[in-house]
Amino acid sequence: MSAFQASSPWRKTAALLARIGLTGRMLIIAVPMIWLLVFFLAPFLVVMKISVADPMIARPPYSPLFVQGPDGWSIKATIGNYAYLWEDSLYINAYWSSIKIAFFSTVLALLIGYPMSYYIARSPEPKRSLLLLLIVLPFWTSFLLRVYAWIGILKTKGVLNAMLMKIGLINEPLIIMQTDVAVYIGIVYTYLPFMILPLYANLVKLDDSLLEASADLGARPISTFFRITIPLSMPGIVAGSMLVFIPAIGEFVIPALLGGPDTLMIGKVLWTEFFSNRDWPVASAVAIAMLVLLVIPIMLLRLAQSKGADT
Amino acid sequence: MKRGLFLPIVSFIGFLFLYIPIASLVIFSFNKSKLVTVWGGWSTKWYGELLNDPQILGAAWISLKIAFISASLATILGTIAAMVLTRFGQVRGRGLLTGMVTAPLVMPEVITGLSLLLLFVAMEATFGWPAGRGMLTIIIAHTTFCMAYVSVVVQSRLVDMDDSIEEAASDLGAKPMRVFFDITLPMIAPALISGWLLSFTLSLDDLVIASFVSGPGASTLPMVIFSKVRLGVTPEINALATLIVVVVAIGISISWYFMRKKVKT
Repeated sequence: MSAFQASSPWRKTAALLARIGLTGRMLIIAVPMIWLLVFFLAPFLVVMKISVADPMIARPPYSPLFVQGPDGWSIKATIGNYAYLWEDSLYINAYWSSIKIAFFSTVLALLIGYPMSYYIARSPEPKRSLLLLLIVLPFWTSFLLRVYAWIGILKTKGVLNAMLMKIGLINEPLIIMQTDVAVYIGIVYTYLPFMILPLYANLVKLDDSLLEASADLGARPISTFFRITIPLSMPGIVAGSMLVFIPAIGEFVIPALLGGPDTLMIGKVLWTEFFSNRDWPVASAVAIAMLVLLVIPIMLLRLAQSKGADT
Repeated sequence: MKRGLFLPIVSFIGFLFLYIPIASLVIFSFNKSKLVTVWGGWSTKWYGELLNDPQILGAAWISLKIAFISASLATILGTIAAMVLTRFGQVRGRGLLTGMVTAPLVMPEVITGLSLLLLFVAMEATFGWPAGRGMLTIIIAHTTFCMAYVSVVVQSRLVDMDDSIEEAASDLGAKPMRVFFDITLPMIAPALISGWLLSFTLSLDDLVIASFVSGPGASTLPMVIFSKVRLGVTPEINALATLIVVVVAIGISISWYFMRKKVKT
């Protein structure tokens, strides 16, 4: 029961704690529990609280929730910040643009990632381990620096334009930097490993006999692929897609470095609202609205992961 | 024939896509010219400038300290959480703990950063702690999201592990703490090491959360890099990236070599 029975002062303390219902087990559980309650759950309550406050020129720059008036305490909350998000087209546009960019990036990552995962899963050892290592390796080097590398490649006088012009494919440099195209490239590049790993984990378990049976029964390879392989790898497809879609929605670094002034993404809007406009209540309302947007994708991910664990 | 070539070609292009940016960082770190497209000949002058830049070196030192402390705290907390979730059975608050341990993995960084900052500000206003923001608040923030990763890594190891040895030890009269330190801990040590390394890397790399919860005087390396690269390509940063790539490549090669050796014996 208790971990502290070794020496007698400990035993006495343990017995005392046990009498009021505290055991060594509970003390152990309490350590991560209290840490997460204070530093993970409580912050969300604070964000919710501030999202219904009024901005104020004060320290901290928002109005208090509980106000002491002449006849006791009262609660002062406003939905003004949410109404503001709804009325100002900037925020609605940023939401749509984030969803659009995250969606098409996910589709692109799936189109590139699926054949790669399939190829890796079908490779013999030790080639398979080596290829898998090559997928994981970039993850261990700095994400910020890898995004930065694309600036040198994509900018008007960058590597890509210089190469394309040298081989005569284009005469004028392509304008890619500071457009949405650069943001797509950055997101697909950054999150491709997150698509490949769950897909690989799923495809490597694919039973060859099912594919053989399908071929023996006269199905062409293409129809075997769409009727056997794809349905069986669905948990991997959903998990991989959500692992790209969810972080892409809140992405800040990629649109800030590769996108232009017109690239609207909700993560960047939140950042500007907080750091440039210093409007904490509106930034909080943006955060809560972003969380609401992510509830469905996060639930899909949970479902895919529990399904993937069953098979 | 055509079908047989499709997968290797697509995969090859995919790997090129993953590695071309890294290769270009390394190549241009040796370029004498400051312009990306102009090759001015081989030179190591950017490495010299990097090593004489007090701002970058200072930030790197702060980042290494934060990453070391955060990774260590996250490994302890994450391992306890993993033990509770895999070995304690149905205890009160298990569902809540599961949710809180896994949620940071899918939380957008801007939300984690903003919410922690607002918490720190509210706590300072109410209790006077933490006084101001800086290294301490960054360490708390990094520990919180890194412990989620550690807990996932350690949990998967604990689930795969045969618990009959632990049972045997406690049948022979070992106290729970003794079982943990003598049996469980040595067996999950590889997972603890990979969890620690993962946390260290994540902490060293984080820009968004650190920017929110940092204060004056505590600029981490990513924050300095970000403010420099926002203004355009800086060859000095290429040199820094190359050094990071070399360190990571050596580390991964060593661990791969040992893992292969272990599999063979």
